Amino acid sequence: MLVIQMAVVSRIPLFGLGYADLVLVTLAAWSLQERVETSWHWAVIAGLLVGWASALPWIVPVIGYLLMVAFARLLVRRIWQAPLLAMFVIVFFGSLIFHLLSALTLQLLGSPILIGDALSVVTLPSLMLNLFLALPLYAIFRDLSVWVYDIEDYE
Amino acid sequence: MKTRFSRSLQTTIIFLVVGGILALALGGFFSSASASFGRSLISAQTWVSTRYITIRDFFNAPSDIASLQQRNAQLESEISGLQAQVIQLQQQLTDTQVLAALVDFSQGSPESVYKAASVIGRDPSPFLHYIIINSGSNAGLRRGMPVVTNQGLIGRVDAVIADAARVQLVTDPSSAINIRLQNADTDAILVGSVTGDIAIEMISQDVDVQEGDVILTSGLGGNYPPDLLVGQLFNLRKRDYELFQTASVQSTVDFSRLEIVLVIMNFKPIDITPLVPETTP
Repeated sequence: MLVIQMAVVSRIPLFGLGYADLVLVTLAAWSLQERVETSWHWAVIAGLLVGWASALPWIVPVIGYLLMVAFARLLVRRIWQAPLLAMFVIVFFGSLIFHLLSALTLQLLGSPILIGDALSVVTLPSLMLNLFLALPLYAIFRDLSVWVYDIEDYE
Repeated sequence: MKTRFSRSLQTTIIFLVVGGILALALGGFFSSASASFGRSLISAQTWVSTRYITIRDFFNAPSDIASLQQRNAQLESEISGLQAQVIQLQQQLTDTQVLAALVDFSQGSPESVYKAASVIGRDPSPFLHYIIINSGSNAGLRRGMPVVTNQGLIGRVDAVIADAARVQLVTDPSSAINIRLQNADTDAILVGSVTGDIAIEMISQDVDVQEGDVILTSGLGGNYPPDLLVGQLFNLRKRDYELFQTASVQSTVDFSRLEIVLVIMNFKPIDITPLVPETTP
């Protein structure tokens, strides 16, 4: 996913700036599967990999993804009857949290980033693309979890 | 006796009739009748022949269609193969053109040693403007080496692993480069932004700057070699109440379409940190 993200998705920006975060949406889709208990591990692995490849400090993606997984695990027990709604909610807030965290960290490190501008010109298009990807990725990972965990009472 | 006579008479009459008909035919008296007979015959034959061909085609057609479909599929497959070849050749042509431009550029600055590398990715964070290239420390790349294309400066190597490197583009928000305005002969600072636009800051108020001025690296600070082309100045903003003038920059490089870049291998960035005086409380 990270390879696809860096080689393909990062080269397809919306409005010339924001692009989708395939890793984040994938983690959200995987975390929402009820039988999946390893989403925490995947969040740490994904965070470390993104932190290694990106110029962002490694702690930012690790914390960002862990927060999103925590939110997803919390939500999956609350609105388990509407998994798609949960998926959209998690992707929406997960993207916002991750971008806010990234922008704040970069600002602290001395980059002249204005949070308001960054959120409007980068986060908004990214958010749209993430939500656009949410539906197909949820379906794929739903099937994958059925296959991996051999769930028989699949609706 | 009577019967024999009667038969002889009949035979004679028949001979006479046949001979008369032959004589009339040879004399051309039956030409119109024979022509109309022939026309009727030909019409009938044409009709029968046409129906026969129609019926034969009807029964033979399915095999022809099948063979035509097979042939069509074969040709379509050949066309697909040729189209793939055309695309491949066009890609090779584009690469060759880019490489030819880069060779021209490197020949124009023989004092520098270049290493060509392909762009294989971009930073996963949309807030940052970094690219990943497919050459690393195994090829001799080191942190801080400037990266250019034939169109001008694009950035510098930020991190290196064995077979890849991460390059910070000049458009990155944390990038700051000392530049020189060629016509005005003054120094300033080129900064990136989160939107990917680049701007010049710290242009002294008393310097006469014109839109269209060429921007080159100054070499101050030791991070970049001097006189690398960066872009052209446009949209100058000069306000009396501000300490400095600012301007936007039209870069000579299209940062969204970077494919092959050149790393300047024989430039060693100078770390001037020890020379910067420490701030005392």
